[in-house]
Amino acid sequence: MDLELLYEAIISGILLGCFYAAVSLGLSLAFGLLDVPHIAHPSFLVLGAFATYMLGLQGVDPLLAGLLMMPVFFVFGLAVYQFYYSTFEKRGTDTGLRGIAFFFGVAFIVEVGLIVAFGVDQRLVEAPYIGTSTRFGEMRIPNRMLVAFGVAVLITTVLTIYLAKTFTGRAIKAVAQDEGALRLMGADPVRIKRFAFAIATATCALAGALLIIVGPVDPGLGRLYIGRTFCVVVLAGLGSMSGTVVAGLILGIAESIVLASVGAAWAPAVAFGILLVVLGVRPAGLFGR
Amino acid sequence: MGRFVIGALAVLAVLAAIPLWVTNEYFYFAAYVVLQFIVLATAWNILGGFAGYVNFGSAAFFAIGAYTAVALFKAVNLPLPLQILAGAAVSGLLGLGVGLLTLRLRGIFFSIATIAVAIILETFIINWSYVGGAKGLPILRPTDAPLHFQSYLQWLFFVMGVVAVIAVACARYVQTSWLGRGLRAIRDNESAAECSGVPTLQLKLAAATLSGALMGAAGAPFAQYLSFIEPVSAFSLTYAVNALAMPIIGGMAHWIGPVIGAILLGTVQQIVTVTISSELNVLVVGVLLVVFVVAAPEGILGLVAKLRRRVGSTK
Amino acid sequence: MQHTRRKLLAGASALLAATALAAPGAVLAQGQPIKVGIGIAQTGPLGGGGKAALLGLQMWVDDVNAKGGLLGRKVQLIAYDDQSNPAVTPGIYTKLLDVDKVDLLVAPYGTNPTAPIMPLVKQRDLLLMGNFSFDANAKIQHDKWFNNAPWGAGAVAWGGTFLEAGKALGGKTIAFLAADAEFAQNLATGARAISKAMGLQTVYDQNYPPNTVDFSSMIRAVRNAKPDIVFVASYPGESAALVRAVNEIGVGSSVKLIGGGMVGLQFTPIMEPLGSMLNGFVNFHSWVPEKTMDFPGVADFLKRYQARAVQEKVDPLGFYLPPYNYAIGQMLEQAVTATKSLDHKMLADYIRKNEMKTIVGNIRYDAVGEWATPRLPMIQFQGVTDKNVDQFRGPGRQVIIAPAKLQTGNVQPFDKLRK
Repeated sequence: MDLELLYEAIISGILLGCFYAAVSLGLSLAFGLLDVPHIAHPSFLVLGAFATYMLGLQGVDPLLAGLLMMPVFFVFGLAVYQFYYSTFEKRGTDTGLRGIAFFFGVAFIVEVGLIVAFGVDQRLVEAPYIGTSTRFGEMRIPNRMLVAFGVAVLITTVLTIYLAKTFTGRAIKAVAQDEGALRLMGADPVRIKRFAFAIATATCALAGALLIIVGPVDPGLGRLYIGRTFCVVVLAGLGSMSGTVVAGLILGIAESIVLASVGAAWAPAVAFGILLVVLGVRPAGLFGR
Repeated sequence: MGRFVIGALAVLAVLAAIPLWVTNEYFYFAAYVVLQFIVLATAWNILGGFAGYVNFGSAAFFAIGAYTAVALFKAVNLPLPLQILAGAAVSGLLGLGVGLLTLRLRGIFFSIATIAVAIILETFIINWSYVGGAKGLPILRPTDAPLHFQSYLQWLFFVMGVVAVIAVACARYVQTSWLGRGLRAIRDNESAAECSGVPTLQLKLAAATLSGALMGAAGAPFAQYLSFIEPVSAFSLTYAVNALAMPIIGGMAHWIGPVIGAILLGTVQQIVTVTISSELNVLVVGVLLVVFVVAAPEGILGLVAKLRRRVGSTK
Repeated sequence: MQHTRRKLLAGASALLAATALAAPGAVLAQGQPIKVGIGIAQTGPLGGGGKAALLGLQMWVDDVNAKGGLLGRKVQLIAYDDQSNPAVTPGIYTKLLDVDKVDLLVAPYGTNPTAPIMPLVKQRDLLLMGNFSFDANAKIQHDKWFNNAPWGAGAVAWGGTFLEAGKALGGKTIAFLAADAEFAQNLATGARAISKAMGLQTVYDQNYPPNTVDFSSMIRAVRNAKPDIVFVASYPGESAALVRAVNEIGVGSSVKLIGGGMVGLQFTPIMEPLGSMLNGFVNFHSWVPEKTMDFPGVADFLKRYQARAVQEKVDPLGFYLPPYNYAIGQMLEQAVTATKSLDHKMLADYIRKNEMKTIVGNIRYDAVGEWATPRLPMIQFQGVTDKNVDQFRGPGRQVIIAPAKLQTGNVQPFDKLRK
């Protein structure tokens, strides 16, 4: 393959990779730290994308729409976790299967619900940075990728700092490591976990906006992102937030190179392929606890 | 055991006799789907209900069975029963492979791996032009049907009925044997089972292989049935959701649960598909799934048992 | 309590359904309507075109019934949505035949949903009126298939005309981009053969999976290969995405001609948002409001269609499919009235031997059921502005640049028409 094409693929891969990291943050939190089998996370992303689309029809800029929807998604996340906890985690046996099946059902309902509401067609948003590109030497990079990259870096940084520096953030990491100890220290682990899940869901609002900025969205897109988000989270290692960025970059660059060399037909398999390899060889991931 | 064999033979006799008075082709078209789901639901339950490992990629095993049959039919014009055996063998191996890769890990990883396998295999098939790739492959069904069946579709209907009976017999065997006891121990508390000496990995692998093989058998006649095969519909999410929902709604503890779930949901879906939009129909399945998982985890069987207990206690 | 009730209900309805489906077909009385059955995309990628097409066919049914029906009987149209999904069509057509018991069949819109039912109609020996399929009968060779599409058999009228235009602009190298789906692959294969015969050198050739949304990587690769001509065979969503990608990162200054087989650039809901991004693309169409295509009856039909289209929320201009679907109805009407029968063999023989008079011109069929004389305009988008549907109502925006018998303007190099 042409060296110039390879170079362009790597650059696109880096931009794409940071975007993948950003959309996986919520899952890293919900599944990596809280052990919730959140198969419905990509569906929440698509939900966020459609919310952005709806606001876009009213003329709202997609990034602004994403920010506006964050509090809404936060509350939604609180409700979902509360329901999940009281129905599944409190009881004893058989919860594993039921919890997984529950989220699978939720993911499915979201997808089909969106189809019933919007049809199967792809939806786009318009913004001044979508459809234009900037010249970097010989290469023209679409501005939507630059915007996605920028926002992705921002969310990731904010979330990492939050978890490391603030009291609640550290409590979230603590509850992941040792729930019992946290209880002894007087904090309510359930409240913290619920809060963390709500944050994870809130990121889906902004990440969903990025999703529809990067490309057209249709209700079935969630299934493809199950592979990408779980690949990033598992490759990073459960519980490692910063590892998410590294894993995202690896996935983004791999996909870009495959796209440029072998063609678009194999691109969806890259994420799932990496995932299977990691599960087989080193299930703890790169930085897992 | 005796009662079951008599019952099974009776069912087969009825299935063979139906073509004597029902001539409408569309009936067989719809009934085939219900029988197919009985096999899929029963197969899913062997690993899901009995052992507690949730397979999201049922479509992969189903589709690989279908494509194996297609490839062999195209290459050497293999007769239908051998196509089914071949489909079952390949899907069984696939089940074994996925199991070896992930059954040592927690349940959720097995589930994600099944999705991964489904997408990867779909991508692979899309790129395999011998079986039509993304365009698909039209298949000309044989014009004559064996025995007294008037059309090949009626023959396919009967053959799927036979496969359904075999699947249920396998599930019944697993449930009542030492295999079933071991799997139940794994489902209830895997670490405890390990400590008591239950060979958990081998049992799980056996269940995964059998489950995969039966799904492959369900998929093998698919191309003949539709006269056409293409990847998107063969790997469709509806198979994964139905294979999951039917046992959960019917009841996972007993082999008859998936059968009830399949007949109920399958029939309703066939009726509803042409009258209401098919998305609404599939949405209903999803909603029922969540409702049952949350409120009635033992399925219809559990509700019946609870009712019996309540009725019994008031006597 | 719930479950037993539900089970009873399900059991009862299943029993009811089984009895209803299994009951022997009712004997057709003389007063019964003539049923025309079709499964056609109303949702999914082809939905935009399918809805407009169905309105065209429905208008024919209404017109025929206003004149007293066919053979003294009313005509009834039974249509189901195939969701642009090929796997759904066998079920739909089996239902149309065995449950609805239709007398006449029209094929789904498009090659992809039609391919799966070819074995079915061949085995049951039925007449099937093709609806904008490409080479769907090439392998099966069914003798009762008549496709209503202006490109005829094979890619000569389509790819050939496009590539000739490219050569006339001085093109020597070519790139191919085709979706991995029945229609696109059939067309691209034909185009490749013609390209080879013309002596053009292939510098890039890529198939992509259907419903691909991101073409930036492929457009970059195309630009890298520096072709003079780019031949694309794509479906609506992909066509739109490709136009956007070309607009976003550019296809390179070497390209003189791009387009060819991009389905979807004829649908008004897709054309309107793309606006000026379309300028320069050369693509196939079936009917445009240019003076060489003013067949008797078509202007009147379009006026009536456009009035109804606004209410029914379908393609407001309706150039691409509705006239052809109306014409399918006209052909059935002509054949049934002339043979005074619904026998499929008699109808097929009639259509094979006679000239069919429709609002899209007079049509004669060849031995494989395609138009014997193709009439496929290659148009170039010129001077298109943004957010303006009405600009397409008259001539001048979709200029016919080939073939010579339909030409209304000259082809410009791609670069010249891009700002």
